[in-house]
Amino acid sequence: MNAWANIKAIMKRELGGYFTSPIAYVFLVIFLLLTGFFTFTVGNFFERGDASLVSFFTWHPWLYLFLVPAVGMRLWSEERRLGTLELLLTLPITTWQAIVGKFLASWLFLALALALTFPVIITVNWLGNPDNGVILAGYVGSLLLAGAYLAISCMTSAMTRNQVISFILSVMICLFLILAGYTPVTDLLTRFANPIVTQIVAAFSVMTHFEGFQRGVLDARDVIFFASVIGFALFTTGLIIRNQRAG
Amino acid sequence: MIKVENLTKAFGPNLAVNNVSFSVARGEVLGFLGPNGAGKSTSMRMITGFIPPTAGSITVGGYDVVETPIPAKRLMGYLPENAPGYADMTVRGFLHFIAELRGLKGGARRAAVNRAVELCFLDAVLYQTIDTLSKGYKHRTCLAQALIHDPDVLILDEPTDGLDPNQKHEVRNLIKRMGANKAIVFSTHILEEVEAVCSRVIIIDRGRIVANGTPAELKARSETAGAVHLRARGPSAVLHERLSRVPGAARVEIISESQNGVEARVYPAPSATATLTRSVAELAAREGWQLDEIHTEEGRLDEVFRTITLPDTVKAAA
Ligand SMILES: Nc1ncnc2c1ncn2[C@@H]1O[C@H](COP(=O)(O)OP(=O)(O)O)[C@@H](O)[C@H]1O
Ligand SMILES: [Mg+2]
Repeated sequence: MNAWANIKAIMKRELGGYFTSPIAYVFLVIFLLLTGFFTFTVGNFFERGDASLVSFFTWHPWLYLFLVPAVGMRLWSEERRLGTLELLLTLPITTWQAIVGKFLASWLFLALALALTFPVIITVNWLGNPDNGVILAGYVGSLLLAGAYLAISCMTSAMTRNQVISFILSVMICLFLILAGYTPVTDLLTRFANPIVTQIVAAFSVMTHFEGFQRGVLDARDVIFFASVIGFALFTTGLIIRNQRAG
Repeated sequence: MIKVENLTKAFGPNLAVNNVSFSVARGEVLGFLGPNGAGKSTSMRMITGFIPPTAGSITVGGYDVVETPIPAKRLMGYLPENAPGYADMTVRGFLHFIAELRGLKGGARRAAVNRAVELCFLDAVLYQTIDTLSKGYKHRTCLAQALIHDPDVLILDEPTDGLDPNQKHEVRNLIKRMGANKAIVFSTHILEEVEAVCSRVIIIDRGRIVANGTPAELKARSETAGAVHLRARGPSAVLHERLSRVPGAARVEIISESQNGVEARVYPAPSATATLTRSVAELAAREGWQLDEIHTEEGRLDEVFRTITLPDTVKAAA
């Protein structure tokens, strides 16, 4: 009960922080413009001729690669730069409450950005007869994907007080998680390595696990994968913060 | 309320805090005095549970800070060095946020925020964001944050840093007033502050406690404590010669010489100090000196501070 009240207070502050600066609005506009651009221009939404959002979701792993670290990079770096970490961690709350509160706030913000893409659903329903269950699964997958990237950004943000370094680190880790299961890379890998090895590497990729959602399949293993990445990254965040305090 | 035992903190090979022990009871204001880098902030960070000690134990209100941090932290209010605050929040928003995490709700929270705002004179900047505040206001905002839940224990790291003389005076009075029913530890390197506010002083140097006592006790350790300061008319050579022969005088120093007379200080011998002033006054009467001023010196804290926190190189040379 108490824990939840603390998490909520931290979430509220963090979300407020997004909206008192113009950054949040700039981010939302960029996000919507880019999703539009990728879906309708690069993704050939109209030329495909089928009523689905495949061309919309396909680009999300790449789009998030830069946009999510941009949201997450300040989470802990900023606290360290301002010195407010010392305030926060001497209040009667636990470190994990602070971590979860900050993570949930940013995730909620990303969920809002994603929710603002609703015109694309209206468009596709107006043009044809899509399977809205598949679309919903796509959204769930996309949200989990964003959460996984965000948790990684949260972790890299705890490593340094420099937001730029934090951004670059998380882009690199997320890029690795994409490439491990990206078809051109896996094709290349099968030529040199045992297919089992390729499969194992691909099992760590967000691409492999995001694919099912795009086809409308809600596989428990995929959900567990994203949940584990989030759990692991947030746990590591806690360890990093504790180690830094130990000096 | 606060009990610190054999507290030690090592950063790599450096001992920032080295085997420090002390305790602070309710109603006490403990001044933490020491040169820069002495380990004051590091000690306070350990007491407030921000960094774990390398060795030793800390209890606040009976709760071990390492083992049971949450109840210990509930009892404390903390003003960190440099008074950090969330740059993009308004003063009011910030205080409400802290009050919320202190478990205050609804009307109680509003009352607590209003009280803290009043105590720290923040009315004028309530709706300003923290990054637009002057240093003094920023500092007082962070102080208000520490007071918001009216804690039993206050840990204040340089609470008057960056304030103008009037604000310094206000904050000192506030600390003194609150000290009546709280346990307060505050660090400073302003000596007059210690005399004005503290019931007890700890001087810390290179991580170690080098002195612990009331301001009066520490002042008594000064070289000039008990010395007689006088201004009289007459040739300084004669004055010097006669004064040196006063019983109980160890040494005479001529401070200045002008048409207004000679200013001199008579240092007491280690034993009989109580009668030195009277002896000097009697001498002056016998000699018929025109005496413009005479008083016994209490000793000076800055002098004590300087002698006991002198760097090793200077000590070796002396
Ligand atoms: N996080 C840290 N890592 C390494 N050394 C530190 C750290 N914090 C403080 N120190 C060192 O510990 C010593 C004491 O510092 P501090 O407690 O800030 O002194 P004070 O507050 O008395 O000026 C200094 O020599 C400082 O360089
Ligand atoms: Mg300090």
